[in-house]
Amino acid sequence: MNENTASKKALSLVLLVAGVVLMALALWMDFSKNYIVVNIGFKVALRGLFLVLGALMILAGLYLTPSVMHHRTIINIIFLFPLLFTFAVTVIVPMCVGIFYSFTDWNGVTYTKMVGFENYAAMFKEAPFIWSLLLTVLFVVVNMILVNVVAFLLALLCTTKLKGIGFFRAAYFLPNLIGGIVLGYVWQFIFSNVLTQLLSSPYSWLAKTNTAFIAIIIVYVWQYAGYIMLIYINGLATVPKDVLEAAQIDGASEIKTLFQIKIPMIAATFTICTFLTLTSAFKQFDVNLALTNGVGTVRGFMGQRLSNGTQMIALNIYNTAFARDMYGFAQAKAILFFIILACVSLVQVRISNKREVEM
Amino acid sequence: MKMKTSRAVLLTIIAIIIAAYVLVPFVLVVINSFKTQAAIVQNPVSAAGASFSQFVQNLNAVVNNKNFVFWRAFGCSAVVTVISLVLLAVFGGMAAWVICRNKTRWSTVIYMIFISSMIIPFQVVMLPLIATFREVGRFVGLGMNGTLPGLIFAYCGFGGAMTVFILTGFIKGIPYELEEAAAIDGCSPEGTFFRIIFPLLKPTIVTVTILNGMWIWNDYLLPSILLGQSNPNKTLPVAVQAFVGSFVKSWDMILTAALLAMIPMIIVFLLAQKHIMDGMVQGAIK
Repeated sequence: MNENTASKKALSLVLLVAGVVLMALALWMDFSKNYIVVNIGFKVALRGLFLVLGALMILAGLYLTPSVMHHRTIINIIFLFPLLFTFAVTVIVPMCVGIFYSFTDWNGVTYTKMVGFENYAAMFKEAPFIWSLLLTVLFVVVNMILVNVVAFLLALLCTTKLKGIGFFRAAYFLPNLIGGIVLGYVWQFIFSNVLTQLLSSPYSWLAKTNTAFIAIIIVYVWQYAGYIMLIYINGLATVPKDVLEAAQIDGASEIKTLFQIKIPMIAATFTICTFLTLTSAFKQFDVNLALTNGVGTVRGFMGQRLSNGTQMIALNIYNTAFARDMYGFAQAKAILFFIILACVSLVQVRISNKREVEM
Repeated sequence: MKMKTSRAVLLTIIAIIIAAYVLVPFVLVVINSFKTQAAIVQNPVSAAGASFSQFVQNLNAVVNNKNFVFWRAFGCSAVVTVISLVLLAVFGGMAAWVICRNKTRWSTVIYMIFISSMIIPFQVVMLPLIATFREVGRFVGLGMNGTLPGLIFAYCGFGGAMTVFILTGFIKGIPYELEEAAAIDGCSPEGTFFRIIFPLLKPTIVTVTILNGMWIWNDYLLPSILLGQSNPNKTLPVAVQAFVGSFVKSWDMILTAALLAMIPMIIVFLLAQKHIMDGMVQGAIK
């Protein structure tokens, strides 16, 4: 037993020292611009290999440290490390860096100078951006109402005792499984080929800004309502049976039961569903890209003729960065987008919570 | 309480009409991938001109197309999704357990950061993410942009918050006495987690995996900017986008490609329909 501990201690020490040496070596190689590349199945820089191996060795050495007292702490650190590390590199660091870049003339690689609030000021003078912002707000409001109403009605339909109700539920949910890009192209086909032929009209809905906007809403409701319906079904199932029976015995009509018992009792479900539809409609990108790519003519908005009539804010940010190469500007728009989204969701949750308490 | 027959019939008819409306796009995709471009343009709704040999011909053209390369895209999507899901489940479980069972100031801070990060839309970190990955990749000497491991790394980062959030909610409900008993019996903390807690997490991990899986499999934006449109390794949505870009209005090809992209998800749904529908609801409620 003693020998075992001793050998463990030695191994842990060796691993720790080797790990630190390897990482130090990797850092030194990095700063001395050493770019040796080795081939281990795939090509990888030697210093990167050293860095990763060193880190793994230190973790292993820590794990083998024969300390009863600190073992739990060491395990905690090792357990938290992988997720925290990936999270920091993909979310925290880019978020902080992004806030900084929004104040510069960043071009995606470097920046030459700080520009203060210039980016933020410029976007309010840019007519296409204001249009996208307003369009997104309209889209969110219309969608939030439509998706919730449609989904709730579907949920009521799917909680009746019809035959084959399981099939209907699954069928209504089906569009939600497929990604927005694929669905967008399928609907593009339907609007530009199938509907024009059925209605025997020479113009596709997607050709005009107004109808193209309606088209996006149709596709979005079609895709999303099935999912929200499932949440409503789940909510309706929580309404106690005895309450409904009592209402029936007291002679309450079905409409009355719906408005005075069911809807108030699933207020929490309404909160969840409005929150989900709100945030997901705000972030809408895939369908927008595949269905219209934001194209559409608008005459005389802020004294300008716009060509981005159906472009939502997420697509606007994307195009500002990748099509126009204005990364700093796009980043500033993204930060504004984040602030709006955060405020709207906070307000929405607060209002709903208040109402729930009152009821 | 029995519904009146006439009413039941009426409701059934309504349900069928809605189902038809919801399913028509799928039917159209199937019908038209059995036809030639000329037949599609002539009449997109009828089955006239549809033949199995034409379907095989379309399939061959699509699968071997150099912009689509279906099997490669399918393989990339599968590898990225499966590895990300496994890593998220294991790392997420580990992190959630530590956060839940160590009530220190640090664990609360970490938990709060995770939760508040869930509101960040992807567009905000999209551009700096490329820059950060480029810098980290240059520093470490491993490619992060344009590689599948880099993409998996990003999914672990982005999926982490929700995974931890759902799993901590569940771990809170597991009695702590279980872990104390294990410790008294001489079980190490890591052993306690992997032998006792992790197996108990199974139902919640199914939920998390379904939520993350639907998102990762269908995600377009992250792989498209991290991998790039010209990368030979593309996930399915990116491949569809690249493919459509190369075939303007060639609907026989596009719809066949769409069909191919839909089929894997629909098969999974048919196999695990109940799990998926339950999982999506559970994830939303929590």
